[in-house]
Amino acid sequence: MEFLNGLVFLTNFVIIPAAAYGAQLALGALGITLVYAILRFSNFAHGDTMALGTGITIKLTAVLVAFGITLGPLPTALLALPIGIAATGVILLVTDWLVYKFYREQKAKPVILVIVSLGVMFVMNGLTRVFFGVRDIQFADGERFLITVRQFRDMTGLDEGLAIRTTQAITLVTAVIVMIALFWFLNKTRTGKSMRAFSDNEDLALLSGIDPDRVVRVTWLLVGALATTAGVLYGLDKSFKAFTYFQLLLPMFAAAIVGGIGNPKGAIVGGFLIAFAEVTVTYPLKKVLTYWLPESMAPEGLVQLLSGDYKFAVSFIILIIVLLFRPTGLFKGQSI
Amino acid sequence: MKHLMMATAATALFAGQAFAAAHTGDVKIGIVLGFTGPLESITPAMGAGAELAIAEVNAAGTLLDGATVTGIRADSTCIDAGAATAAAEGLVTGDGVNAIMGADCSGVTGAILQNVARPNGVVMISPSATSPGLSTAEDDGLFFRTAPSDARQGVVMTEILNDRGITEVALTYTNNDYGKGLADAFQAAFEESGGTVTISAAHEDGKGDYSSEVAALAAAGGEVLVVAGYTDQGGKGIIQNSIDTGAFDTFVLPDGMVGQQLVDDIGDALNGSFGQFPGTDSAGAEMFQALAAEADFDGTGAFAPESYDAAALIMLAMEAAGSNQSTDFMGEVMNVANAPGTEIFPGELGKAIELLKAGEDIDYVGATAVELIGEGESAGNYREIEIQDGEIVTVNFR
Repeated sequence: MEFLNGLVFLTNFVIIPAAAYGAQLALGALGITLVYAILRFSNFAHGDTMALGTGITIKLTAVLVAFGITLGPLPTALLALPIGIAATGVILLVTDWLVYKFYREQKAKPVILVIVSLGVMFVMNGLTRVFFGVRDIQFADGERFLITVRQFRDMTGLDEGLAIRTTQAITLVTAVIVMIALFWFLNKTRTGKSMRAFSDNEDLALLSGIDPDRVVRVTWLLVGALATTAGVLYGLDKSFKAFTYFQLLLPMFAAAIVGGIGNPKGAIVGGFLIAFAEVTVTYPLKKVLTYWLPESMAPEGLVQLLSGDYKFAVSFIILIIVLLFRPTGLFKGQSI
Repeated sequence: MKHLMMATAATALFAGQAFAAAHTGDVKIGIVLGFTGPLESITPAMGAGAELAIAEVNAAGTLLDGATVTGIRADSTCIDAGAATAAAEGLVTGDGVNAIMGADCSGVTGAILQNVARPNGVVMISPSATSPGLSTAEDDGLFFRTAPSDARQGVVMTEILNDRGITEVALTYTNNDYGKGLADAFQAAFEESGGTVTISAAHEDGKGDYSSEVAALAAAGGEVLVVAGYTDQGGKGIIQNSIDTGAFDTFVLPDGMVGQQLVDDIGDALNGSFGQFPGTDSAGAEMFQALAAEADFDGTGAFAPESYDAAALIMLAMEAAGSNQSTDFMGEVMNVANAPGTEIFPGELGKAIELLKAGEDIDYVGATAVELIGEGESAGNYREIEIQDGEIVTVNFR
């Protein structure tokens, strides 16, 4: 019983939230990694692409709700998501045609493209604020919990409770579906294979008749889909705020690089790794140990590895350690 | 070297003439607030509050024999001291502002005070910087604030907890000068009164995910959770997450956390939580809200009334001194703010100017019952509030 209480406590505060956060980071990191693998630059505008896509989805959700269309217990935003993805895809294609295409034709160095993406980031940042405002927007409707703390306690008779939010469950399920679909696309379809060929060796790919423009277009559409999905899931689970999405850029990049930038598998592992590291390293074990250890050994202090103040540093430390010992990331990505 | 000296001397001479010429000319007031950054959601109402006071004085048209007042906005960013200093420097040296209404966050306010206001001798009145550290900062008599120091709020919060019989609390604060200052002031006061703070943990604003912070707070435990943060930032995230995971169910909300938006967002779960924010039962607050509604902005927004008062004090002090030069009117700020004299409420700035012209004393009450103490900071009247049925209800004044 004591052991179960400790386990439930740990699950409620560490495992469930970290898993949901990890899934959101992984989806974001996948978008970053795709751009890096195929278009060969670090896309700083990714966080704001997420914000823009989410903003569009929020507006569409509001329209749907106004017409009385909802998804019952599920958030209506899921219904608006496909249209949001399409709109974001179009925006990315237009951005590419207006901005990136010019530099690609110049065969500009990756570092120049990084700075260009920084410019795109500021523009998108501004557009998001102009169209959707700077305020906190909550757009999750439907049933809030799969199971609440009280229900869990009543069901099991344990002292500790456990809550699972609907949005956390949706996040995990959607993330798994999107990841499977992405891997199927990259490995099984002709277009996916041509993208991988283009990523591995651009010259060879061109020689074998792959249309580079098509590869670029498909990449942006995929990136739009991943970014919007990640952004909407994150917004549903927490809330939408332009500034928060900008801040997500750091952990997403950390996830992509730790996993091995340019490698989709790495992005997923990296996302979960960063999320779990952020939560566990600063987690005080006091209460769990009080449950798990005999009474005489119960800890007096907080039993915390690092104070919460250092939470930001955790992603950086992992990043530095990985780059020192495995410059290509945990999975073989491109060396940077 | 000789050229440099000559150039410097010449510049000083010209600058002197320029200032002398500007003595009775039009007035420019810099409005330095974080229009981008973590406070970007409350600064529009703050800026509008200051501009409302300026518009009122311009409508009267009597300040300093018909001077027109212009408000010039600049971005403090709230977090980037370098950017804030550059923005304020631009206002003073480029636009030639006579005084600064700002800044908002305590950190950038301290930076602007030391790097811009003091070297240039420009008066600064902050509507919202509440860090206790600013009480003792060197200011050459140039710095005032219409918000109270958080040292006072820490004591008030302790009194409220003691009255409710709560002896063990967990504490989380936003990781900046405001949060840290308030948390330290509160912890010192609370522990002195015999209470226990189980954990004092910082949280970063502007993130969506606060599960690890809440996990740490839950593991440390406590009867209630004190959240020294912002309503639309980490503070809200922490509360939402604590309620979802069942970590805490009662929260203590200091000034940055009291807002109807928070109550609406969180819903029923916030009922029973309590806190305090600067406020009085003075009639000024409602008058200001009516004016704000006319001017089409949210008068209940955090620190919007303080912003109105800060701008009004600057202009009234100028009138009292008969000059728009900071060195002349810095000594008048305390006089117009405090008794004795005729009480001045929002919407009566024109009347206040007339009274000052007639040589009479005024006691500026404004939207927040301004009473400046010590080195020139608000004395700190607090409203004790409780969330009841989704409403913020005032239960006491302290």
